[in-house]
Amino acid sequence: MALQNKIDELQKKREQAFQGGGEKAMEKQNAMGKLSARSRILSIVDLDSFQEYDLFVEHEARDFDMAKKVLAGDGVITGTGTVNGMPICIYAQDFTVAGGSLGSMHAKKIVKIMDHALKMRMPLIGINDSGGARIQEGVNSLAGYGEIFFRNTLASGVIPQISVILGPCAGGAVYSPALTDYVFVVDNISKMFITGPEVIKTVLGEEISMEDLGGARVHSEITGNAHFFAYTEVECFEQIKKLLSFIPHNNLEKHRTLEAKLPKPEFKIGEIIPEDPRLPYDVRDVIKSVVDDSDFFEIQERWAGNIVIGYGRINGRTVGFVANQPLVLAGVLDVDSSNKAARFIRYCDAFNIPIVTLVDLPGYLPGVDQEHAGVIRHGAKILYAYSEATVPKISVILRKAYGGGYIAMNSRHLRADFVFAWPSAEIAVMGPEGAANIIFRKEIMEAENPDEMRRIKVKEYTEKFANPYVAASKGYVDSVIAPSETRKVVAHAIEVSGNKFIGGPSKKHGVPPF
Amino acid sequence: MKQFNDLKPINIMGTEYLTTFTKAYEKRTNWVKNNPKHICSYIPGTILEIKVKEGMVVKEGQEILILESMKMANKIKSPANGTIKVIHVTSGDRIPKGFLMFELV
Repeated sequence: MALQNKIDELQKKREQAFQGGGEKAMEKQNAMGKLSARSRILSIVDLDSFQEYDLFVEHEARDFDMAKKVLAGDGVITGTGTVNGMPICIYAQDFTVAGGSLGSMHAKKIVKIMDHALKMRMPLIGINDSGGARIQEGVNSLAGYGEIFFRNTLASGVIPQISVILGPCAGGAVYSPALTDYVFVVDNISKMFITGPEVIKTVLGEEISMEDLGGARVHSEITGNAHFFAYTEVECFEQIKKLLSFIPHNNLEKHRTLEAKLPKPEFKIGEIIPEDPRLPYDVRDVIKSVVDDSDFFEIQERWAGNIVIGYGRINGRTVGFVANQPLVLAGVLDVDSSNKAARFIRYCDAFNIPIVTLVDLPGYLPGVDQEHAGVIRHGAKILYAYSEATVPKISVILRKAYGGGYIAMNSRHLRADFVFAWPSAEIAVMGPEGAANIIFRKEIMEAENPDEMRRIKVKEYTEKFANPYVAASKGYVDSVIAPSETRKVVAHAIEVSGNKFIGGPSKKHGVPPF
Repeated sequence: MKQFNDLKPINIMGTEYLTTFTKAYEKRTNWVKNNPKHICSYIPGTILEIKVKEGMVVKEGQEILILESMKMANKIKSPANGTIKVIHVTSGDRIPKGFLMFELV
């Protein structure tokens, strides 16, 4: 019977810890539209799959009367579980316990689960809901953050790291999400900033609300710090599960192949692109007409819309798509779109995901703001990322591929494995209008009717160069294909790239234009 | 073929394309050449003290005013020899970044 008593005692201790910061604090949390830390974890992992660790960890603060305080689990829940049947590591900060503040034991719990994720090579999900450093613990709290950031960096490119911002995440704390691969935010709940509205007001006199400074919309639409936006926590959890269904769970995983499905018949690939190269279309319709079940999972949908990135499957296998979007800013490359694409390309490369690039761009966005924002350096990131990537790299040139944009978008010259072009492709230094104005400047100027002469010369140039056959005659394009052949041709290219292996010169690491 | 509404033109290398704009692109401001005689704040803050009057002759490096920002009293100095034409701020003003503080002739 003695053992039974001890088991009862354990149960009592557990129940006590499960209360978190107590009923009142929990009510406050719910009133803000927020779930409890424990419910969040249980909503993400498969039913009955969660195993918690370090529930009985006690905090180390001894000053300022902190020693008497009991902080359940020291404000963070850590454990392992499965999502879609695959193992993951997860932690959730509990705002109801001392505001989710990060003390040294709180940090040690996170560090332990991170080490476990890296050792066992499984994805790490971190749910952030914390007021920041526990000031009473001083530099020990800062040390804890540092240990977390170091491990985020160590794990980068080895396991997928997912940050879910479900409350405040301020000051130094923002750097853990920033170092991870995917940041999920929820409308009206997520708040991220380095210095908050209070400090900005006292120091600079600028008044701004938390939401306007670092809310979910700000990071999804303006800064690009977030990758996925949801209206509710429940929607956010579904997005996480969907992401985990697409990506490999570590950098050594041989790809999972699901059952192949045909694209939905309403996406007709031959009827998407207007003949006139100056008219737009939604490139996502092209992707949906190529991928299994027309299921395209877009990343950073609300930011830098002139480039589209995300995952789809071809014959059951995950592929990363990078596509110029003619519907937004004519699909130009600029500072933001370069950053967006380059990081995604590097992610795909690190996790052995083949990259399919759909090309239709008129060039780079002109403007003083772009030049002064450093578009040279930022634009170079795409060149670097494509050149460096050793996963299968496939390009399909749909329409325009002009100038530096042509080179940057996974051209043969950056070692694309396969370059296909539709008959509508135009591969040239610039569009016919600009080119004719330069090449035939004299003829146009001296003509009796310059406008008429310009029209004739534009037509002449268009017929000569605005096609894929010049590039194909040099072998820069491997095959000219009909739009309807795209899925089959890309699937074949991925299939025959299965054993791709290329080495480069020996080096510690390159120095990309960060 | 899908039809799109509210398309706007954008000129890239001599060709005009129809497309939609991002918020950031719509909010962009035109670049204006910096006038060296117009002295603007490089940081938001509060004017603590003004040490000159309009019409005064000042030398390069002479202290003109004190701008408190980031808990620091920043000395704002004249970038050139000249005369103070207009002072646009008074002591106690809270000003944003890029605010025209005074003009020289």
